[in-house]
Amino acid sequence: MSPPDSWGRFPRVEQQARPLVWRSDALPSGERSLLPHGLGRSYGDSCLNAGGTLLLTSGLDRLIDFDPTTGVVRCEAGVSLDTLLRLCAPRGWFLPVTPGTKFVTVGGAIANDVHGKNHHRSGTFGRHVRRFELLRSDGSRRMCSAEENPDWFGATVGGLGLTGLVTWAEVQLVPIRNPFVVQETVPFENLDGFFRVSRESEADHEFTVAWVDCLARGRKLGRGLFYRGNFAPSQFERLPLVKSHLSHGSGLAVPMDLPAFCLNRLSVAAFNLLYYHRQRGRPSRHLVHYDPFFYPLDAVHGWNRIYGSRGFLQFQCVVPHATARDAVKEVLERSARGGLPSFLSVLKTFGDLPSPGWMSFPRPGITLAMDFANRGEKTWRLVEDLDRVTREAGGAVYPAKDARMSPESFAAYFPQRERFASYLDPAFSSSFWRRVNPVSLPLPSLEGRGDGAVPPASLLALR
Amino acid sequence: MKKVIVLGATSAIAQATVRLLAARGASLYLVGRNAENLEAVARDASTRGAPKVEFRALDLNDCEAHASLVERAWQALGGLDGVVLAHGVLGDQDESQRSWAAAELVLRTNFLSAASLLTELANRFEAQKAGTLVVISSVAGDRGRQSNYVYGASKGALSVFLQGLRNRLAKSGVAVVTVKPGFVDTPMTAHVPKNKLFASPEQVARGLLKAADARKNEVYVPGFWALIMLIIRSIPEPVFKRLKL
Ligand SMILES: Cc1cc2nc3c(=O)[nH]c(=O)nc-3n(C[C@H](O)[C@H](O)[C@H](O)COP(=O)(O)OP(=O)(O)OC[C@H]3O[C@@H](n4cnc5c(N)ncnc54)[C@H](O)[C@@H]3O)c2cc1C
Repeated sequence: MSPPDSWGRFPRVEQQARPLVWRSDALPSGERSLLPHGLGRSYGDSCLNAGGTLLLTSGLDRLIDFDPTTGVVRCEAGVSLDTLLRLCAPRGWFLPVTPGTKFVTVGGAIANDVHGKNHHRSGTFGRHVRRFELLRSDGSRRMCSAEENPDWFGATVGGLGLTGLVTWAEVQLVPIRNPFVVQETVPFENLDGFFRVSRESEADHEFTVAWVDCLARGRKLGRGLFYRGNFAPSQFERLPLVKSHLSHGSGLAVPMDLPAFCLNRLSVAAFNLLYYHRQRGRPSRHLVHYDPFFYPLDAVHGWNRIYGSRGFLQFQCVVPHATARDAVKEVLERSARGGLPSFLSVLKTFGDLPSPGWMSFPRPGITLAMDFANRGEKTWRLVEDLDRVTREAGGAVYPAKDARMSPESFAAYFPQRERFASYLDPAFSSSFWRRVNPVSLPLPSLEGRGDGAVPPASLLALR
Repeated sequence: MKKVIVLGATSAIAQATVRLLAARGASLYLVGRNAENLEAVARDASTRGAPKVEFRALDLNDCEAHASLVERAWQALGGLDGVVLAHGVLGDQDESQRSWAAAELVLRTNFLSAASLLTELANRFEAQKAGTLVVISSVAGDRGRQSNYVYGASKGALSVFLQGLRNRLAKSGVAVVTVKPGFVDTPMTAHVPKNKLFASPEQVARGLLKAADARKNEVYVPGFWALIMLIIRSIPEPVFKRLKL
C-alpha cells in the first residue's frame, strides 16, 4: 500500500499505513506513534505522521442507523460525507454543515471541526455531532457527548486526531424539501463592496461565500463575486436551471502532475479575469443542484495535481471583525505582489456561534483562503508574511490547511492548547503536532521533504 | 436474487456484495464467525435499504451444522432464491507443506465446507426449480503452482464441483455461477505488496452481480484474468514445472 499524501502533496514523508477493518478491533500496539487518517483532504501535515503509522479508516465505512423521521444518522468514522448524502438527500435530509468537498470522512470532519458556507447560521460540524465513541491506545472506549464525558468531547472535536480514534459518531441532519438551491450571484467591485453585500446577505441567506479576484489591485482590490443561496422550497418559482457540465461522476480527472509552466502568472490572470467578467457586472439568480453548488471542485478528480509534483500550500486565516478590513486588505495586497498569485481565493464571514471544540479554528470574523503553488523560498516567505499579518490582527490560521505555521503562531492562535495537551493519547502524534510543539521533538526539517521544496534555512530562523 | 444467504458475510468481497444487494432491496441472511462484526455488516445493510436482514454467527467448518443453518435461513426469509458463497482462507503455503493440519484446514474451509453447504442448498433449489448459486472460487484453482498449490487445489476442487453441479442443475433452471477473482485488495492480502493487477472488493462485487444477473457459468473478475489464465494454462507441463511460479 503506498503511504498516502495530504491534499497539498506537501510535505512528502515516510510513514507506515495500517488499514482498520472493524470498529471492535483493538488499536495496533508498537513503538511507532499512531495517527488516524481519513480521506487525506487536509492540505498540509496535520493528517501525516512522518516515521509513524497512519491508521487508515477507509475500512470503517459502515452505516449503523438512520432514522428518516428524526434525521439522526449513526455511522462508523470512515464513512464519507458523500455516502451520507447519497443516503439522506433522497429522503429529504442534508448535512448540517459541509466543507467544500464531500470526499471527507465523518472522523476527519470531527477532528478538524469543519465549517461550511452556513457558519453564520449553523456554526461548525461539531455543533451537530450528538455523540461518538473514542477509542484510546490503552484500550478504553468512551462515549462522548455534551452530557457524557463532555471534556473528552470538547478535546476531540477539533482535536486533530490526537486524542484517540473516533470509531463511530451520531450526527443530526437537517431537513430539506428538495435537492436544489436557489443561488444568487452578486458582483462586488472591491473589499468594501464585499463587506456591504455580506452584511446585507446574512439575515436572509443560509449559505454565503465569495470568490475574490486576487489579481485586482488599487481601487479594485478585493473585487469578486458573492454567492448566496437557500435550499429551494418544495414549490418554487421557475428559474433558469444551471446545468453543470462537470457533475460528479463525469469522470473528468487530472491524470498526472502538470508541468509548472501550465500554471503561471498569465494563466492565473486570464482565469480570474474571465471568471469575473462572465458575470458581466450583473446579479443573477439560478436554480442549482446541491452537488455543483457545494462541491464545484469535486467534479475534477485529483485537481490538486495541476500544481505539479512539488505540491502547493493553502493558507486560510480568520481575522476578527475589528481588524478584518485592514488585515484582509494587507493579505490580498501582499499576495498580489509576492510571487505567484492564488488561483482560487475565497472570503467568508464567520458567525459567533461557539463550537464545543476547544481547538476549533472558526471564530467570529472574516476568513480568507488562498492556494499557492510551491515555488520554494519565495512562496514560503510570502505565506510567512501572511501568517504574521494574521497574528498581528489577532486572528488564527487553520491547521487543516497548514504546512508551515511556527510554534509561536500556533500558541497564539490556540489559547486552549495546554488544557488540550493533557487529553492527548500518549501513543498518538502527527507531523503537524511535532512541528508546532518542537520542544518534544526536533524540528521536522529532516522529515524527507521532496527536493526543491525544502523550506529555506532562513525561514527556519524566522521561527 | 431477492432472498439471499451470504456465507462468509464479513469477508471484504461479501461485504461489498451485501451493500449492492441491500441497495437493490434484497432480503439477506448473513453468516460468519464473529457475531459483533456480523452485526455491523447487518446494520449497514439494513440502513442501506435491505428490507430484512438476519444474521447468525457460526464456524462454517462445522459441517454437521449446515442442514440446520440452511433450514433456519429458509424459515427466516421465507425461502431463498440466491446464495453468495464467499467464505475462505488463504492459508500459508510453507506451513501447509510442513504440517498436514494446516493444509487440511485450508482444504476443509475452502472445499469441504463449501461442498457440504452447496449440497444442502442445491437440493432445495433443484426441488423449487429456481435460484442462483454464486460461488467465489479463484484463478489459483486453474493451475497448481509451487507457491500456493494447497490453496489452489482447494479452489480447483471447488471449481470442478461447481461444473458438475451446473451440469446437473441445468435442467432445473438453477444457475450455478463460478466467480474467479484474481488478486483482490482485502485484509486477506494486507501483507502482500500491491500492484496494478489488484482489484478492489467493490469492483469484484459489481462483476459478481453482473454475472449472477446474466446467469453466466464462469467469470473472471476483472475480465483480463481470463487472458492471463489462458496463457498460464497453455504452458506445457515440461516447461511449467521448471518455472518459478
Ligand atoms: C477541495 C477542498 C475543500 C475544502 N473545504 C473546506 C471547508 O470549506 N471547510 C473546512 O473546514 N475544511 C475544508 N477542507 C478541509 C477538509 O474538510 C478537512 O481537512 C477534513 O478534516 C478532511 O477530512 P478527511 O476525512 O480527509 O481527513 P484527513 O485529512 O485524512 O484527516 C484530518 C484529521 O482528522 C483526523 N481523523 C481522521 N479520522 C479520524 C478518526 N476516525 N478519529 C479521530 N481523528 C480522525 C486525522 O488524524 C487528521 O488530524 C477542504 C478540503 C478540500 C480538499
